[in-house]
Amino acid sequence: MIDKFFTSVKLDADLCKGCINCIKRCPTQAIRVRNGKAEITNEFCIDCGECIRICPHHAKLPSYDKLDVLKDYEYTVALPAPALYGQFNNLDDVNIVLTALKRVGFDDVYEVSGAAELVSELSREYVHNHPELHPIISTACPSVTRLIRVRFPNLIEHLLPIKPPVELAAELARERAMKKTGLPSEKIGIIFLSPCPSKVTAMKSPLGTEKSNIDAVCAIKDIYTRLLPEMKEVADDPEELRISGKIGISWGTSGGEASGLLVENYLAADGIENVIRVLEDLEDEKLDNLEFIELNSCNGGCVGGVLTVENPYLAMVKLKRLRKYMTVAKSHVEGVMAEQDAYWTEEVTYEPVFKLGTDMKDSIARMARVEELCEQFPGLDCGSCGAPTCKALAEDIVRGKAREHDCIHVLKKYIHHLSDEFSKLDGE
Amino acid sequence: MNDTIKLTYTVTTEDFTRAGEASGDVKRKLKKMGSSPEVVRKVAIAMYEGEINMVIHANGGTIDVEITPEEILMVLQDSGPGIADIDKAMQAGYSTAPDRVRALGFGAGMGLPNMKQYSDEMKVETELGVGTKVTMKVFQT
Repeated sequence: MIDKFFTSVKLDADLCKGCINCIKRCPTQAIRVRNGKAEITNEFCIDCGECIRICPHHAKLPSYDKLDVLKDYEYTVALPAPALYGQFNNLDDVNIVLTALKRVGFDDVYEVSGAAELVSELSREYVHNHPELHPIISTACPSVTRLIRVRFPNLIEHLLPIKPPVELAAELARERAMKKTGLPSEKIGIIFLSPCPSKVTAMKSPLGTEKSNIDAVCAIKDIYTRLLPEMKEVADDPEELRISGKIGISWGTSGGEASGLLVENYLAADGIENVIRVLEDLEDEKLDNLEFIELNSCNGGCVGGVLTVENPYLAMVKLKRLRKYMTVAKSHVEGVMAEQDAYWTEEVTYEPVFKLGTDMKDSIARMARVEELCEQFPGLDCGSCGAPTCKALAEDIVRGKAREHDCIHVLKKYIHHLSDEFSKLDGE
Repeated sequence: MNDTIKLTYTVTTEDFTRAGEASGDVKRKLKKMGSSPEVVRKVAIAMYEGEINMVIHANGGTIDVEITPEEILMVLQDSGPGIADIDKAMQAGYSTAPDRVRALGFGAGMGLPNMKQYSDEMKVETELGVGTKVTMKVFQT
């Protein structure tokens, strides 16, 4: 069975010092330090990668496949994310990267940006046909979709029910490979070259689709060093392999997806804290007259993913330069696929993982206890107890996962009280 | 077992950046209590509108909230100028907000009408020069 709350972040317990950096940074308060080591509550984790970025001891590890995975298949297709092209200096032809990928060991390539152009085309139609659901919220970033699923139930109906570009690319690449080689599906490896580990989660536990067509997710940072020498070799005479133009390539950076919709009233926010602020305001109906909202968990969009090499803002400049002389779009839905195949087949439903109790009465009693406990705690949010805030500790206590004495300030008071009692006994 | 949550918030004067803190806190609490998404939405919007009103028109005030398994009761009290014409104030689009407030995108004249629309029960008591008390209820089911 598919794990509904799979997370791609792993802990190297030997490296973890039990400091408070990750618990403080996590936007969903999913991490606690218990027994000196960081622990992730999978239900709360949205795979944003913030803990991986902040950990000074490199104890938080993104899980992804090593390039050896190519050996597991008879025929392999690389799906490069558009963010990949932003990693190289002076790149002026995407075909150089694509041809180099074939020399690294892939049998074929299928640009995710090509599938992104199909998503753009279908989204344009969907946004136009559904004014009652405005603003439509992008579902390309798996962390954002996961966040909405656990924290913003009122916004679920606004989610764009179209598969993300990488999923569509995987389906189309598999179809093409099977036709070309005559091989059965299981002998074909569809391998995504990803800027972020949340795509690993999207592969293992997809939302909107029952089963993903992606077989493995490799890191852009791993393929990067393998590509450099090969790119030099093919730079003068690359194969013509690209299937995307400006619109597809733009998906690699924040605002790219939205600008491809050709609507006027859109908002694009990046960085998980900014994303949360937009979702809170949207839920309170503070944002009027918007047709579309693009949200990316990473700063700068996909180029900011933790599996990339280049500074995201430099990668943005490079992508901008690269797309300057491109045609607007090269991939179109007509003739490539049936429209309905691009839509979600599974509904995304609200998962109230943050609920305190079993029913309303129980939850209210526990919430009242949380308020009481917060009065006792010093409100320093020091993190010494292993929870990010005093309130988080109080909630852990009512969930039965922590004790009052985990707060060192409460404990200190208690010890003072005990020693007073002892000295009284002594005096008697 | 305690089956009522009582919360009190102080709304500070003319600080737009902080308006929404109280309603935001109630919203997050309701989600943790398992209130239905629709109830969360109604309370969040009704209370936010009330909070903004207090900032714009009344130099702040206090909000008392009581949450039970049956309902959410919100009492918003200020010692502002009071509402001169309550019928007009309830009309969509009518506003007495000053220009500097409108320049910030507020003052569309939807405050009280939205509060009425999103709450299940609403009562406004007001006296010129003394203040205004708005009582709103949203039922959990």
